[in-house]
Amino acid sequence: MAVALRSDLTTIAAMLRRSANELIRVPGAAIPGVLAPTIFFLGLTSVFGSLTLLPGFDTDSYKSFMIPVSMLQGAGFTGAAAGVNLARDIEIGLFDRFLASPAPRWVLLTGTVAAAAVRSLIPATVLLIVALAVGAHSPGLDGLVVAIAMVMGTAVLAACWGVTLALRFKTQSAAPLMQSAMLALILSTTAYAPQDLLTGWLATVAAINPMTQVVDATRQGFVGGVTWAGTWPGIVALLGFVVVLGAFALRGMRRTAF
Amino acid sequence: MGVRGTLEVVAVLGRRSVLQTFRRPQLAAPLLVFPTLLLAIQSAGVGEAVNLPGFPPVDSFFQFLLPAAMVQSAMFGGNAGGIALAVDIETGFTDRLLAAPVPRFAIVAGRLAGTAALGALTALWFLAIGLIFGAPIEEGVPGALLMIVLVTMSAFAFGTIGAALALRTGSASIVQGTFPLVFVVLFLSTAFFPEDLLVEPAQTIAKYNPLSFIVDAVRDPVISTLTAEDLLLGLAGIALVGGLGTLMSLRAMRRREAMG
Repeated sequence: MAVALRSDLTTIAAMLRRSANELIRVPGAAIPGVLAPTIFFLGLTSVFGSLTLLPGFDTDSYKSFMIPVSMLQGAGFTGAAAGVNLARDIEIGLFDRFLASPAPRWVLLTGTVAAAAVRSLIPATVLLIVALAVGAHSPGLDGLVVAIAMVMGTAVLAACWGVTLALRFKTQSAAPLMQSAMLALILSTTAYAPQDLLTGWLATVAAINPMTQVVDATRQGFVGGVTWAGTWPGIVALLGFVVVLGAFALRGMRRTAF
Repeated sequence: MGVRGTLEVVAVLGRRSVLQTFRRPQLAAPLLVFPTLLLAIQSAGVGEAVNLPGFPPVDSFFQFLLPAAMVQSAMFGGNAGGIALAVDIETGFTDRLLAAPVPRFAIVAGRLAGTAALGALTALWFLAIGLIFGAPIEEGVPGALLMIVLVTMSAFAFGTIGAALALRTGSASIVQGTFPLVFVVLFLSTAFFPEDLLVEPAQTIAKYNPLSFIVDAVRDPVISTLTAEDLLLGLAGIALVGGLGTLMSLRAMRRREAMG
């Protein structure tokens, strides 16, 4: 039992190393996950910066309001990229070799999503530095810890989604579906404005979208103080997403024959 | 080859370009999915912005944003056309066309005709969305027709930039890599918000960004009475983008021919 567990952990560590090697050997691989959310952050805060003049905003800095969304967006793209990379491995036949190895399916899935979680720290760090440089409020240590936990959790759920689609379609052409679903999930929340200022269909969807809890939990430190009451709904929402999407991804792994 | 033959080649390549886009989800998604998604989310997420002092009188933020989605889609179409042309270069399809008795410019013109046709289709798509979800066109049917024409011309103009990148690099991944730059140009224009409410330095850049002129010209018939000044500025913006792209495409094509 202990030997098997050690072997599984070694496999997961090897998959993490493989992901890190890709970053070292192909530094450009991390650029899309960093560039798009950074452009969105700088662009959206330049365009919609005046929104904080509306009564109902709990901060006078739209940059502070927006940075958590951009960090989650970066995590979503990074997680979705794990699905694209898996689809590439399937296309070139590498994944068949993984399947032929004695590694259990759950280990292959854990290695893939763990690598995505670690990689999501790259866009989050770059975005945080950019945001602080242009005047966003510091989240404080507790706010930073909560934000990082939410970012890594979001990357895990996005990776599970990406893996599920990669195993279903077996082609990198499914990339837009992986990315746009994550974009829609994160943006159909209180991403642009507080709940009371949302209008139309978004006011209803954001109220019931569990991702709103994740966005609000990540945002706490940037726009005020961190509280347990503001944090636990985000943790529960993320756990729910990961359990459901993880089950789909694992089912896909188990159904995939080599 | 005569004029008629050349036009036939352009039409066939244009048709191929349109069909190719709808067959490949990675080309079609940016054209329709992303702009529609952003339109839906931003119009509801930032809907209260119309109450900000200085916001032009509009029925809703959705009405204000609709023309931006059309032009955004035209820009994405230009980029997608560039990617598809680069794929043709990578797979050797363009080499086969170059070896055929087809005028050089017809190869690029065919792709651009397809991009322009897609621009017209996306303009119709967003007009339909606008009518269904309550964005009246203040200038009525003539205004809607003018919007379709302007978006079609814009798609052609942005297509020349995509074609130039494809011909210069011959790499689909490089052309695809320029996709985020589309957003940079969009954010630094009046596409999403009125100029007076933008935050510096976006406000100053937007004042001179040709995309602002194009979006304002497309927006004019939607939210107010069409003015000759806005229309002429919009046409000038399209001419500037298209002229620059055509020049770049010609230079890239000559360079590619010289390299064999």
